[in-house]
Amino acid sequence: MKSTRRRFLQTAAAGIGLTALSPTLSAASEAKSFGPDEVGMLYDSTLCVGCKACVYACRSENFDADSSSELDEKALAEQRWHDAYELDYRTKNIIKLYQNPDDVNDFAFIKRQCNHCQSPGCVSACPVKAMTKNPVTGTVQYDKNICIGCRYCQMACPFKIPTFEWHMTFPKISKCELCRQTPKGTPACCRVCPAKAVIYDKRSILLAEAKRRLAENPDRYINKIYGEYDYGGTNVLYLSRVDFEKLGLPNLPNYSYAGVSENIQHTLYKTFNHVPIAPVALYAALAAVAFVQHKRRGKKDAGNEAKKDGGEK
Amino acid sequence: MSSEHTYVKAPGKLITPTTVILALIVATGFSIIGYRLVFGLGVISNLSDGYPWGVWLAYDVAAGSAFACGGYSVAILCYIFNGWKYHPMIRSALVTSFFGYALAGLSVMVDIGRYWNAYGFMMPSRWQTNSVLFEVAVCIMGYTVVLLIEFMPSALETLRELKPNSFIKKLADFTAPKLDKVLMFFVVLGMTLPTMHQSSLGTLFVITGQQLHPLWQTNLLPLLFVSNAILLGFAVTLFESGLSAAGFKRPFEAEAFGVAKVVPIVGFFWLAVRFGDLIYRGHILTAFTPSFHMVIFWIETLLITAPIFIFLGKLNPRKLFYTALLLTLGGGMYRIDVYLVGFNPGDNWYAYFPSIPEALITFGFIALEVLAYIVLARLLRLLPAVHTAHN
Ligand code: SF4
Ligand code: SF4
Ligand code: SF4
Repeated sequence: MKSTRRRFLQTAAAGIGLTALSPTLSAASEAKSFGPDEVGMLYDSTLCVGCKACVYACRSENFDADSSSELDEKALAEQRWHDAYELDYRTKNIIKLYQNPDDVNDFAFIKRQCNHCQSPGCVSACPVKAMTKNPVTGTVQYDKNICIGCRYCQMACPFKIPTFEWHMTFPKISKCELCRQTPKGTPACCRVCPAKAVIYDKRSILLAEAKRRLAENPDRYINKIYGEYDYGGTNVLYLSRVDFEKLGLPNLPNYSYAGVSENIQHTLYKTFNHVPIAPVALYAALAAVAFVQHKRRGKKDAGNEAKKDGGEK
Repeated sequence: MSSEHTYVKAPGKLITPTTVILALIVATGFSIIGYRLVFGLGVISNLSDGYPWGVWLAYDVAAGSAFACGGYSVAILCYIFNGWKYHPMIRSALVTSFFGYALAGLSVMVDIGRYWNAYGFMMPSRWQTNSVLFEVAVCIMGYTVVLLIEFMPSALETLRELKPNSFIKKLADFTAPKLDKVLMFFVVLGMTLPTMHQSSLGTLFVITGQQLHPLWQTNLLPLLFVSNAILLGFAVTLFESGLSAAGFKRPFEAEAFGVAKVVPIVGFFWLAVRFGDLIYRGHILTAFTPSFHMVIFWIETLLITAPIFIFLGKLNPRKLFYTALLLTLGGGMYRIDVYLVGFNPGDNWYAYFPSIPEALITFGFIALEVLAYIVLARLLRLLPAVHTAHN
């Protein structure tokens, strides 16, 4: 009954040309696979004590004198950090608290930073390759020397991670790049965490570890590793006792919207030997019709205005 | 093919109270742009990491470029469907299109933070062809050039009327016939490029996923945006005929009534896709579930549906003008709803509303567009020679 109705709707939709783009969705859901050397982090919300050592470590590791206001520098010198409520240009990593309003004892921390997605919205969105995914490590990196500051990466990130230096004359995008500038390898947050709530390793190892924890302590966690499949999989994985949505990690499908968008583009702009077929075909068709119309009009004109405009072409 | 009989200059002087006021609004807008270039985007705008795209992209680019689709819509009608019948309308449509696009491009340059890196679009090594924005940017740049070329005949025509023997006249005399030969190539490009980037302006928001309200988020955004652009192209052309009839004190163009009859065809197609898609995605009930977005949805739908039905009936110049205005509002509202109203990055962000300086910059751009149109219409032969309207 239900399926007949669905079939009917589909046929009806096809009738008015609606399904032209529907292959895009099915193709998008095929997740890409993670390379063997891709790295990431595992954050276990049940271990985090909310000390924010990681927030401070991240800020000093990534401190950029060029884009800091005087206040920022003073705070840093005094070993204080401003109270950031959201990620911002100087806060690439933040700890947030979830508090159940009806129960003081029901709370949990969540660490937010770039998830280094498998099929990242920001990379797909960037028109000039300023956001790229490192093919070996899987880290999503930013190059300010190429960036035009269009902020489409911000629009395209489902986790709202990239931030912009709104206060600067010459602003840039800022986001976690797994401390790629440091020679030490391990990102600052994972180096300093006293509770080992956030650890750094190859993604395959982290995934195995997360599964082990889930299997050993099924009562401690909700039965899900956030990032295993969400949004097509992310290199950062999360474990939690509390529903992920309450922690601010959105409920996303198992495919990336970047994939959907790219599929639409690739369907419409499929190329053959670097020539986009559809636009060229459209051009040819329009040209043919326009030419015929032009000819027809030419004949009519020739009849009417032959005397008047004969000499001019 | 002489067009001397087809087009005329608009009557009137260049400096009038209207043009002076417009010039003042332009000056205000541009001084704020100067301020923004020195002190950054944050100081003058309400943009935030939650709402990184504001009114400049929603109005100036998404809606503005569609308002500038007159040249595109009339070209399709004229060169493809009815054998040049509405050709007299095309010049003024092309001029407004050119300004619309040029200003969309300009406001993008004001909007982007690292504008000095924009030359990257010229470097193939930086092309990121998966990016919808890349396609939009390249197509819009290309189309602006095409519009400029399509507009050349009117400019050359005026230059050829200069005193004989002047160098410019000779140059114009030399170029005009050559241009005439290749013009058709650009005219067809002028129909292809907008089809591409107007659809992509919709595709841009597919990647925002759950952040765009389900009443607007769909994989059919490209189809909805391109047909909406054609609809708006007609609406704005009609609106402008009415406006220039009143403003330049000319009789109403008879061709406009013919164009008005085409609007319902495109309109019903758009509505069919819009509602068919809502049903197909299972969100038709969302349109009837009381919420802020429901109200917005119905205002938008009504502003588009009502004019379509009015266009089906009997028309007079006045009615045509106001109906076209309604349709322009409705069609533009759809685009702004996708870019701003339906966009919600999450609960932690204050809703966005443009700041006063942000709005003043946009007003400056609009004023510049109107001003440039008035000046050019008085200097060049843009408007159709009038065969008095009768209906
Ligand atoms: S350093 Fe570790 S324990 Fe402290 S807030 Fe960060 S993740 Fe939590
Ligand atoms: S979390 Fe956002 S910024 Fe990070 S890779 Fe994914 S889409 Fe890009
Ligand atoms: S702001 Fe920079 S990094 Fe982000 S999409 Fe635009 S060009 Fe790319």
